[in-house]
Amino acid sequence: MLGEIIIGIISAAVPLSITFVLVGLGEMFNQRAGVYNLGAEGIMMVGAFIGFYVEYTMQSGPGSSTLGMLAAIGVGAFMGGIMALVCVTFKAEQGIAGIALYMLGWGVAGMLFRVYIGGTTTIVGLQAVNVPLLADIPVLGPIFFSQNAMVYVTLFLVPLAWYMLNKTVWGLKAKAVGTAPMAADTMGVKVDRTRIQCVVLAGAMAGLAGAYLSICQTHMYADNITAGRGFIAVALVYFGKWKPSGVLFGALLFSLAHSFQRSIQVYGIDFPYEVAVVFPYLLVIVVLAFSGRSNIMAPAALGKPYYRELRD
Amino acid sequence: MGNSRRRLQELTFNVGLTALSLLLALVIGAVLFLIAGANPIKAYGVMFTAPLEDIFGITEIFVRAAPLLLVALGISISFRSGILNIGGEGQILVGAIFGLCIALYAPPMHWSIMMPLIFAASFAGGALWGGIAGWMKAYLNVNEILSTVMLNYVAIQIYSYLIRGPMMDKQEIVYGTGASQTARIAREYWLAKLIPGARMHSGMIIAVVLAVIVFFFLWKTIYGYRMRAVGAEIRASRYAGVNTRWYLLLAMLLAGGFAGLAGAVEVLGVHHRGLESISAGYGFSGIVVALFGGLHPLGAIPASIIFGLLIVGADMMQRAVHVPAYIILAIQGLIILAIVSSNVFITKKGMRAKMVKFLGKATGRK
Amino acid sequence: MFCNGQMQIEHIELKNITKRFPGVLACDNINLALKQGEILALLGENGAGKTTLMNILYGLYQPDEGEVIVNGRQTAIDSPQKAGALGIGMVHQHFMLVPNLTVRENVALCMFNDRTFHCDIAYVTETINRICTDHRIKIDPDAYIYELSVGEQQRVELIKALSLGANLLILDEPTAVLTPQETDKLILLLQEMAASGCSIIFISHKLNEVKAVSHHVAVLRGGKLVYNGSTDDHTTNELASLMAGRDINLPVAKEKEPSDKIILDIQNVTAIGDRGTQALNGLSLALRKGEIMGIAGVSGNGQSELAEVINGIRKVQSGRILFDGEDITNRTPQQIIDRRMGYIPADRLHEGTVAGFSVKENMILKDYARPPLAQATFLKDRAICRYANDLVAKFAIKTPSIDTTCASLSGGNIQKVIVAREMNRRPKVLVAVYPTRGLDMGAAEFVHSELLAARDKDETVLLISEELEELINLSDRIAVIYEGKILKIIPAKQAQKSALGLLMAGVQSHG
Repeated sequence: MLGEIIIGIISAAVPLSITFVLVGLGEMFNQRAGVYNLGAEGIMMVGAFIGFYVEYTMQSGPGSSTLGMLAAIGVGAFMGGIMALVCVTFKAEQGIAGIALYMLGWGVAGMLFRVYIGGTTTIVGLQAVNVPLLADIPVLGPIFFSQNAMVYVTLFLVPLAWYMLNKTVWGLKAKAVGTAPMAADTMGVKVDRTRIQCVVLAGAMAGLAGAYLSICQTHMYADNITAGRGFIAVALVYFGKWKPSGVLFGALLFSLAHSFQRSIQVYGIDFPYEVAVVFPYLLVIVVLAFSGRSNIMAPAALGKPYYRELRD
Repeated sequence: MGNSRRRLQELTFNVGLTALSLLLALVIGAVLFLIAGANPIKAYGVMFTAPLEDIFGITEIFVRAAPLLLVALGISISFRSGILNIGGEGQILVGAIFGLCIALYAPPMHWSIMMPLIFAASFAGGALWGGIAGWMKAYLNVNEILSTVMLNYVAIQIYSYLIRGPMMDKQEIVYGTGASQTARIAREYWLAKLIPGARMHSGMIIAVVLAVIVFFFLWKTIYGYRMRAVGAEIRASRYAGVNTRWYLLLAMLLAGGFAGLAGAVEVLGVHHRGLESISAGYGFSGIVVALFGGLHPLGAIPASIIFGLLIVGADMMQRAVHVPAYIILAIQGLIILAIVSSNVFITKKGMRAKMVKFLGKATGRK
Repeated sequence: MFCNGQMQIEHIELKNITKRFPGVLACDNINLALKQGEILALLGENGAGKTTLMNILYGLYQPDEGEVIVNGRQTAIDSPQKAGALGIGMVHQHFMLVPNLTVRENVALCMFNDRTFHCDIAYVTETINRICTDHRIKIDPDAYIYELSVGEQQRVELIKALSLGANLLILDEPTAVLTPQETDKLILLLQEMAASGCSIIFISHKLNEVKAVSHHVAVLRGGKLVYNGSTDDHTTNELASLMAGRDINLPVAKEKEPSDKIILDIQNVTAIGDRGTQALNGLSLALRKGEIMGIAGVSGNGQSELAEVINGIRKVQSGRILFDGEDITNRTPQQIIDRRMGYIPADRLHEGTVAGFSVKENMILKDYARPPLAQATFLKDRAICRYANDLVAKFAIKTPSIDTTCASLSGGNIQKVIVAREMNRRPKVLVAVYPTRGLDMGAAEFVHSELLAARDKDETVLLISEELEELINLSDRIAVIYEGKILKIIPAKQAQKSALGLLMAGVQSHG
């Protein structure tokens, strides 16, 4: 019984972590390049709605989930583009701009939902599939081989992100513009262009993460569906020390806690609902408190816009 | 003197730029109206003029402006001290809880004792909530944006737990209606109504008085001097002997306190009880107001009235052209984006010179 | 042997170059030419326009007027990449390296900045190895930049420039961070490179080096070219007065009887630096009343940490500090200020002043809470204005008004604001860190005479500087700091630059 519960908790945690991994990997790239995007939450909301809406209008027909997620990627990239324009081109304060983007996304998603949907509606979405044979392996089967397709795609993205960051010229550029933008500029790296690429990429990832929530995880759209996951992901990037493996580890750890809290409710342990819901947010605060001091790993130019010729 | 003329020019430039940002945001907002299937000109028309048509609309603007101004004062203090406080929502709620506890459970007293007590409690509640983030920023170097956002979610859960559970109106349970709200506060503790029949209460007067006090505090006292120094250049203020950690914490205590007062004003002036979504997004709109007012307590007064108008107008617009008032949240986001984008023209002389040159050419003058 | 490269610069000419910044004419109609294999020294005080001119040649800035002519053809250099393609390489004063990448990755980024994904890393390695053997440079290509010493980082900069096939190298104050011995090595390397066909532009304000290394010298003053010709035609002194535009006689300390009273006693102090390393390592130093104690050392040996522990800004791990007989170890900055310690910090824009505050507000930075500037908790505006205006007049600070923000003043005037504020407080001890760095001769002269005036009033000065000349001229005694310890204290009158140089490199002569 206890073993089953534990396996249940873990196998539920894996899909929960995917949202964090997706948005976290994107956020890792733009922070590595020196921009922190707190608007990820807003982008996720719009991504979640657009993904849901596309599948809804196609009545969950074949390919509608995929198309929904692609649309979310597109709209996420667009919103990332807004962030890049404001923070990279116009050199605005990134924290405030991020919050503004959050408000924009929240408002747009909330408005569109009311105009075009209105009430609670569900879609089929992307369901979990059992990988033949492998799913029957005890312990590992339910954890790793009976998940929805996006779980596998995302887990593949983690090493890909590592490769992109450390083994490609583009990754070197991203690290360079986030640590020593002036040096990168003299080396012939286009600082603003590289930053814009990273922010747009991160926007696309956040859009996808939102669509994952609506299409793969909840199969519906609701107000405030993201419930702070975008902000939590930003914290996880700090916690993961700007490394893909760190982001993955943080996401899993956090989702385990989340899934544990859920199973407390499911197994009928007497516990006030609100306290259980608050638990993940408190966890983030604690994590931040412990990772705040060791910010030596942080990209040195994080949050600082780059000016070449202008002297203050 | 040439100096004062240059200052006037600078002020004109800054105000003009802010107005331009607002205009740009509204133009982009028009696209959102089109997406929502409404005529943007008609929608904006309703939004900006309908509240001004009758006394009800006008008084309602001040009902909205009071909490906005209070939150914006706190935001101005914290931003000036170098802390980006996004936790207004949570601070309002905790302030409301503390105020409600006194108002509902303290032994009956004369209003002249009770009301200051309620306000003090709300201030303390908000200060507590802001102070947690401030303490973490000052002593643990925790990013205040993330911590305040997280504290918002925590506060929302605690608040709704309380008004659905321990603090719920006993009558709701007796009648079985089960609306999640607290009991009503005794009438003598309500904020005075200024105009019979309208909801406008004395909260705005309190807020304006506080705005003037905050102005004096920031620019005419040694504490304000220290806080502005910490915000402008933390290393230089440490060098000058300022206990920077304490002033970071103090900034958040005050910021939270003012948001808490907004909670008290909503409870005592508008709802007269605690109910769901009492913060009504003022925590975020307050940021817009503060930025729009140039992070200046006196600038926040007209800014709060403008955004009070916008929020009241948005409600009327929703009924007139059937676009959810949610759109106002998006437009506020756009306004901030436009303002912070235009800031580069104010703070960087080079960019500013380019802009002035461009404007000069565009308008055909020197 | 030639430096490898896609193009050989046989002749380069700057014609009528003018560059304006808001409020500053950085380069005013400058003409300059250089042939292959020549070393040109670009001489001038700080703010004379040397760096701006070179940034134009390197494509970082665009000239407002004028043109660049390469091998007889007018060429627009609109980006560093374009400069690189022409064969121009630059070693900046502050190294342009990415600390969290390896040597190899830094070079790869330079060579393949047009690529997106793949680059030929084997070719990069090969290039680094070839350059290293050609010029006898030793470096580990897999080392991260942050692990390297300053001298090694400079070598990486040279490799970077050469890997792009540069045959015109611009070096911006390359010796500023080096010990005299490292400087000699660099000069040899540069001469060898010139002999093998590279052209070099060497920016400096150190005249001896210029005499040693260059064929030609061009002198800039206030954005104008005031001399352009052979190095051998002028003596060091003549070049100095060309640079300053007048005969500069920096003030020199007069002989003075030392006092017996110890005013500041630093005993065996240890402290941790910003990067978590042991920055101060059992440092002991005693200052007598009324003397100027100079601290010489290569930057990064604990100088700024020393200033910070004295002023309570950095925690002392062990040991203690006595100030006028009182233990001030780990007291708060405010408590130490109250005991009349003065401090001119190295970073005048972010630590010495609040850049966004007005001159007036910066003048009261340490006294705002005291009467007559404040009463109870309220600032007295009128008293503050009077106080600030007095100081502005007394110290001849050039500012449009006392309401102007400090950030918009020139470096020299910002420093004057700090000096005025600190001096006016009549400190018992004044800690001055690099007080003339980046200032022109006139402002430096002002700072020097103020420091000497303080000494005449029996105030004590701890002068931390990189300029040996400054230290020898002003100090009564010079202490050499190395790896967080005082290596030796010598009376300034007996100090010789070469001996100081060896000490600064950690070499202690016995006997």
